[in-house]
Amino acid sequence: MSSTSALPDSVESHLPGETGVWMFIIGDILVFSLLFSVFVYDRSQEVALFVEQQQLLNQTLGLLNTVLLLTSSWLVALAVHGARAGQLLRARGCFGLAILCGIGFVVVKYFEWGEKMAADLTIETNNFFMYYYLMTGIHLLHMMIGIGVLVFLWQSVRDTECDAQGVGVLESGACFWHLVDILWIALFALLYLMR
Amino acid sequence: MAVSLQSRVTGIWAGLIVATGLSWQFGHGFGFGEKFHYATAAILIITFVKIRFVFLDFMELRTAPWLLRLAFEVWAVSVCVTLIGLYWLGV
Repeated sequence: MSSTSALPDSVESHLPGETGVWMFIIGDILVFSLLFSVFVYDRSQEVALFVEQQQLLNQTLGLLNTVLLLTSSWLVALAVHGARAGQLLRARGCFGLAILCGIGFVVVKYFEWGEKMAADLTIETNNFFMYYYLMTGIHLLHMMIGIGVLVFLWQSVRDTECDAQGVGVLESGACFWHLVDILWIALFALLYLMR
Repeated sequence: MAVSLQSRVTGIWAGLIVATGLSWQFGHGFGFGEKFHYATAAILIITFVKIRFVFLDFMELRTAPWLLRLAFEVWAVSVCVTLIGLYWLGV
């Protein structure tokens, strides 16, 4: 496996980004898998409580954040393809819009948490809200790091020619952002939708 | 090539939005009536199908070395089955 590649949209086997980033992604995904499993197991032991408390979440804000993250991931994918094709202005624009979606997610989460805390629903209220704050909090930390990564990529597209090494850096950062998206897709289903 | 791949990721994004809408509906009683446990199983399956497409088309595992792609495919199926199994303990 090569750690980076120069492939402009090739159909050959290609590992996007650095090997180290993938090691991190695998580790992170395994930790979250364990967290998801523990949550669903604990839920199965207190179904009535979890279902009742879930009704207190603002489902519309959860849906809005899902759309924002899916859209940002799509924009980041477009940016990487654009950079490979030498469309640097387009790539930069896509990264910029993805950053705005990411910031939008954080703002929505700020209002959502504020709403809950104003209603005296805190991490100590019960098991459901303990998991809610724990999982969305760890995810929010990923979001903040991810937005920083996207800002770095946005600047990189401006400053570099996007050669093989430059594209490798973009791919690494993009994969981290998609990881953030994947974690939220699962959290949205577990916290907001499952009955 | 770049244009066709960009069109593909745009199509995938549209599919992900539609799938999100569908799982939202299932979470609010559409299609399964009072059979919430079937709705939840459907929601979890849709969720991991969505995740699979993010892996394959946004993270580009479709063209990654086969072992890495296989590992993520196996992970997605395993976690989906595990979560449905654990959920069923409380049904």
